[in-house]
Amino acid sequence: MSETHEGMDVGYVAKLACIDLTDEETTLFQGQLDQVLHYVEQLNELDVSNVEPTAHAIPVYNVLRKDEVGTSLNHDDVIANFPSATDGHVRVPKIIDQ
Amino acid sequence: MKYEATIGLETHVMQKTNTKMFCSCKYEYGAEPNTHVCPTCLGYPGALPVMNEKAIELICKAGLLLGCEINPYSKWDRKNYFYPDMAKNYQITQADEPLCLGGEVTVEVEGEMKTFTLERIHQEENAAKNTHVAGASLVDYNRAGTALMEIVSDPCMSSASDALAYMTHVKQVMQYGGISNCDQEKGQMRSDVNVSVKPVGQKELGAKVEIKNMNSFAFIQDAIEYEIDRQISVLESGGTVVQETRGYNPDRGETFTQRTKENAHDYRYFPEPDLMPVKVSKEQVEQWRSELPEMPAQRRVRYVEQLGLPEYDAGVLTASMDVSDWFEETMKHTKNAKAVSNFIMGEMLRLLSEQGLSIADSKVTPQKLAEIIALIDAKAISTGGGKQIFETIFNEGGDPAAIMEAKGLAQVSDDSALEGWADEAIANNPKPVEEYKAGNPASINFLMGQVMKASRGKANPGAVMQMLKQKLDA
Repeated sequence: MSETHEGMDVGYVAKLACIDLTDEETTLFQGQLDQVLHYVEQLNELDVSNVEPTAHAIPVYNVLRKDEVGTSLNHDDVIANFPSATDGHVRVPKIIDQ
Repeated sequence: MKYEATIGLETHVMQKTNTKMFCSCKYEYGAEPNTHVCPTCLGYPGALPVMNEKAIELICKAGLLLGCEINPYSKWDRKNYFYPDMAKNYQITQADEPLCLGGEVTVEVEGEMKTFTLERIHQEENAAKNTHVAGASLVDYNRAGTALMEIVSDPCMSSASDALAYMTHVKQVMQYGGISNCDQEKGQMRSDVNVSVKPVGQKELGAKVEIKNMNSFAFIQDAIEYEIDRQISVLESGGTVVQETRGYNPDRGETFTQRTKENAHDYRYFPEPDLMPVKVSKEQVEQWRSELPEMPAQRRVRYVEQLGLPEYDAGVLTASMDVSDWFEETMKHTKNAKAVSNFIMGEMLRLLSEQGLSIADSKVTPQKLAEIIALIDAKAISTGGGKQIFETIFNEGGDPAAIMEAKGLAQVSDDSALEGWADEAIANNPKPVEEYKAGNPASINFLMGQVMKASRGKANPGAVMQMLKQKLDA
């Protein structure tokens, strides 16, 4: 599996995200995504060669909390929210252990 | 052709924190499933992660203990993958700016000192625990989001023994440093191993095979040995080693294909927008450095130089922190370090291993061992008697002095009692007496044996010898 479409390959990314798309949907979304990427590509016209890359827009660091136990969710509420539960666990389709 | 192996390890260590990495849910092993979960660790929309400052301190201290540089600026990234063990569909980790850079481990491997270099240590969050049942998998998110650090070595090892020595050292450092309990049964220390093989002298490395997620040192050793042999036989039969991820089956002692390069994951890392970067000042690093606890190597030196123990004893006592701490606790109640060491290395470790216990389970407490040693030092019991008392307490509990009375282990050093037995032995055994007087000093041992027999083992051997010599040499 690898990416073939230039820019972003919708079929490939859908597989990575475990989303089933029909061929029609793939074609439709590919066109729309290409448009979005093309729009964003306008940013490439800016010369940023003198700008330091950054992960965040604002210079804030070290947002920390103390290692103190807080309140977790009510167990019954958590279970009620699971699509399917067994012995307090979420039950999911069989997965292979990595 | 001769081949050589190249091995690198990625070791995951769960830090000793009260709460998870990015939320205030409690970390507790063995709790009822899904009782320590919240919107953040269940990945509910809109929930925001906040860093646990203790976890940051612990990873930086781990880095300092392993000789890393603390990165003055580090940041967070999302590793995207779709798997039920991570409800958010991504794991928060550090891709290009980890907290700790470089580092090294120097250890003795089969009598030779070797240095293994580290690439980095980065902070991440743990995944949930999966249990597989018929037709379904069950997920417990209590472990999801707990603080997990990954210690990445360079591909610098060449044998299973190298890897074992490296891991043993890392585990010791983590335990002594208070970073992690490294309880492998509880999954607190797990390793992925990268193994490749190439003809001796060839510069470029062979295709890399990754063996995932092993918690037992013995399995890791076996898996490495199996994998080196497997790759060499592939190459020797003219084949090509495929770059892939393999699992290890401990029952069969074999590795097996899990994932090949063609369907390798593409994690699409990108910077985590929900978390601000971390800056660590030089002052903070120095503060942490000043707080680092004593390491096993320093303890060994102290045991030898200050307590006068042999190097060998110091090595055995410090191999596990539990044992070393127990030894130190005992030393608060006695001055006889060698006797404590002998009891731990002999009786204690033997009984623990026979019964599959850890030293914390021992009914012999540091105080009780100190009492036993005090009885021996006062010549109230023999060393053998002390061992009997030790074993009795280990198995049944009890008080040293009471057991000494109950089992009649009190030793006789009293001259008047010894004199009777000594006279009797001399009178009844003229031949050894003659031989001794004729210049054969070993003959006294027979007489000694007679006295011990008469006393039913309770006579103090030192006192008996002295008494016999006094009489025969007179």
